[in-house]
Amino acid sequence: MHTPSTTTSPESGRQLLLHHFDDLEQQHLSSNLGMWFFLVSEVMFFSGLIAAYTVYRAWSPEAFHLASRHMDKWLGFFNTWVLLTSSLTMALAVRCSQVGDRRGIVRNLFLTLVFGTAFLGVKATEYRTEINHNLFPGKHFIVPGSPEDPHAHAAEGSHEGGEGHEGAAAHASDYERLREASTVDGKLDEEKFSRNKGHFQLMFVLYFFMTGVHAFHMIAGLALVALFIVLTQIKWFSGYGQTQIEVLGLYWHFVDVVWVFLYPLLYLIE
Amino acid sequence: MSASAPARHDGPPADYLSESTVKSWLLTVDHKRIGILYLISVTTFFFVGGVIAGLMRLELMTPRGDVLGSADTYNRMFTMHGVIMIFFFLVPAIPAVLGNFLLPIMIGARDLAFPKINLMSWYVYMIGGLMGVYILLHGGIDTGWTFYTPFSSMYSNTQVVTAALAVFITGFSSILTGLNFVVTVHTMRAPGMTWFRMPLFVWSHYATALIMVLGTPVLAISVVLVGLERFFGVGVFDPKLGGDPILFQHLFWFYSHPAVYIMVLPGFAVVSEIIPCFARRPIFGYRFVAFASVAIAIFGFLVWGHHMFVSGQSMYAGAVFSILSFLVAIPSAIKVFNWTATLYKGSIKFDTPMLYALGFMGLFTIGGLTGLMLASLAIDVHVHDTYFIVAHFHYIMVGGTVMAYLGGIHFWWPKMTGRMYSDLWGKLSALLVFVGFNLTFFPQFLLGYLGMPRRYFEYRPEFQVLNVMSTAGATVLAVGMVVPVIYLLLSLRGPKNAGPNPWNATGLEWQIESPPTTHNFHEPVLVTCEPYLYSPEEAEREYAHAQHDHVA
Amino acid sequence: MSELHQSSEAHEQSHHVIAVKTYVMIYWVLMALLLATVLASDMPLGGAHLLVAMTIALIKAILIVLFFMHVYYSAPLTWVTAVGSFLWVGLLLGFLLSDYFTRGWLHILGK
Ligand SMILES: [Cu+2]
Repeated sequence: MHTPSTTTSPESGRQLLLHHFDDLEQQHLSSNLGMWFFLVSEVMFFSGLIAAYTVYRAWSPEAFHLASRHMDKWLGFFNTWVLLTSSLTMALAVRCSQVGDRRGIVRNLFLTLVFGTAFLGVKATEYRTEINHNLFPGKHFIVPGSPEDPHAHAAEGSHEGGEGHEGAAAHASDYERLREASTVDGKLDEEKFSRNKGHFQLMFVLYFFMTGVHAFHMIAGLALVALFIVLTQIKWFSGYGQTQIEVLGLYWHFVDVVWVFLYPLLYLIE
Repeated sequence: MSASAPARHDGPPADYLSESTVKSWLLTVDHKRIGILYLISVTTFFFVGGVIAGLMRLELMTPRGDVLGSADTYNRMFTMHGVIMIFFFLVPAIPAVLGNFLLPIMIGARDLAFPKINLMSWYVYMIGGLMGVYILLHGGIDTGWTFYTPFSSMYSNTQVVTAALAVFITGFSSILTGLNFVVTVHTMRAPGMTWFRMPLFVWSHYATALIMVLGTPVLAISVVLVGLERFFGVGVFDPKLGGDPILFQHLFWFYSHPAVYIMVLPGFAVVSEIIPCFARRPIFGYRFVAFASVAIAIFGFLVWGHHMFVSGQSMYAGAVFSILSFLVAIPSAIKVFNWTATLYKGSIKFDTPMLYALGFMGLFTIGGLTGLMLASLAIDVHVHDTYFIVAHFHYIMVGGTVMAYLGGIHFWWPKMTGRMYSDLWGKLSALLVFVGFNLTFFPQFLLGYLGMPRRYFEYRPEFQVLNVMSTAGATVLAVGMVVPVIYLLLSLRGPKNAGPNPWNATGLEWQIESPPTTHNFHEPVLVTCEPYLYSPEEAEREYAHAQHDHVA
Repeated sequence: MSELHQSSEAHEQSHHVIAVKTYVMIYWVLMALLLATVLASDMPLGGAHLLVAMTIALIKAILIVLFFMHVYYSAPLTWVTAVGSFLWVGLLLGFLLSDYFTRGWLHILGK
């Protein structure tokens, strides 16, 4: 069966029909559903990490709490705000494609691009700070305040200024507090102590890995957004690209949803 | 269909095989051609994995380790055998070959929903596969196909990271195939092709595709974590740093138990097509068989802990997983009973595909019932990590999936190539496979029950008789696998003599030419009836007629 | 709907164009929830912190999925997909934790 493609005329917004589909409705639905099922598999991908997180956090809540204090919750707040805003502009871009407003698409996609880039910029500075404080897991990881820490005590307190409400305890270093958490009846449980230290680092492993995977998704998404701006400009899409932009939007919102969960899980552990 | 009527090409449209340049194959987006690409690649991997298995059986002929030289080599052998057979053969075998070829035709579509993604999945598979070959040539890996931590993450000094990456990549191809199938079944059905008019082949593949989409990413993340652990030594699975090696097993089996159904559900798919055709009866309990597929896909996710009874998992969780494992046997049993009921009072013809299907039923039943034994905690503790396990899963994987794969290839070969093969050779090799298989693996049940552990290259002398039997069986099995390759390839030299419907089967794929044209159908498809409208009475009349002709 | 129409799903999938006002309203609700989650993290909630944080995150996610991702206006299949993926995460976590939380209930080493 040969079905010649309906000739596309960008100005009128008519859409191209691929030969194996019967009508545009079917074509649109297939793309939409395809993205949804891709997102299902993405959810399952992240769920493996969430599973590891859940197990270890349940095991050593104190270690996770202490590690989480090194994340700047206000930078995280800012980033969440930026990302939610980018989701709004993305949703508006999709809307523009539905109503056939090509300039609106470009404008909103561009804003999405700007917000998304801002997010990554902030994330990069956060990473840099953490790496500078020897908080990147692996060989160079140092639990703050531990005997190996070159600027033990000196650095403490000044970075954690925002945590003043915790009172005197806030001045104790992470190392001391992990030690305290591993002390049972006045005696240090060595095994528990080393597990607590391990889980303190593990929180950073999960933090870097989860936010890293998320950032990777952002980068992929941003590349697509940039590409779509160009493609919309040169009227490459059939119609107004309503199918393609909607599908990109689904992806973008998904990345946003992931962050919505990552933010409290990583930054806001009390 | 599009309103604007297309201008017909002059003459009959060419079949999908007519273009023969390399480029036309490598850049094809035709689901049938991609199916053929997969056919060639997975079959190649099957034989690579088979050769390794042969070497292992050779080693196990004698109690001493004298063929491979070292235990280390043997470790690498069984790991490579497992990795290649599971990730590069069993998982893609039926869905990517037969599913790709047939699923769109069976629902009256011109192609899968995403033809380009379909091609991409083959390329992704090939990248993973080539990495597998690279690993094989560069020392292999010795962790077992399960990559258990902390051995894989801390101690093994073989190609673990490359293997993890290869599995990760191949998993991606599986996800893409699954995604394509799910969407295709939802959106591409021809007018009149309601859910309950779909062949059971499509139902089973739909269920398989769901597992691929839901499970594979978790496998991906678990092997990525192993790679991460090896690179950075951060302690995700290192008990010294507070990590829990058992967490890996949880994540791994969350995929890998359902993966058993990725491998065997497509086998159900094939058998559900073959049995009614050669019994000349409609399938018994269509809806039950259809829903059983979906039930297996869902319940298959609730039982993964039965692989971890002796791992340090809590006893309570073990008990829960044990009970759920019993429950998941129900839908599988429904299928077997329904096939049996289909055969009842049927006018059964023992053509080659039917022999494989019947073999499947018998062997899968044995595999399934021993699975129930293993699902009970007490027995599992006794036979865990023995040859009993090895025999059990080979009855499912080889007795089930491989038999179904061969049966499916023999059933649809005339459709795929337009040619018939020698029926005599077909029956002979089916017999060889069946006998060889049982001779190889039944002794392993006994060995395991007597306590011979798996994954050792030496064993105690009293196990030798059974091991020699097993090796002898493997030889027969190998012959039974090679013979079909020869006569099937030879059949390609003959004329296209199969005709559109050599088995007199129902189903849309049998109403079009063999081999099909590029777009499958010439006219808009309209489905007006249920599948499997076979009639035993008619079959009997035909049979009497044929007898009459012979006498005359 | 006639049986002959395979794409019954297709017709329920309307290209519903959501008003800009709705989008903006959802956005402000999200902002409010974001603020709530940060403020809650500083409140003396004791053990309820995680519960509160996750509830807020879930509400935010549901709003995004329903409106930004148009699920509210979509075919049942999309609902099933969205809900199903959450369910499957729950399944993984549920069974996983059923192991970890019951370890040591029996006083057998390693069980
Ligand atoms: Cu299992």
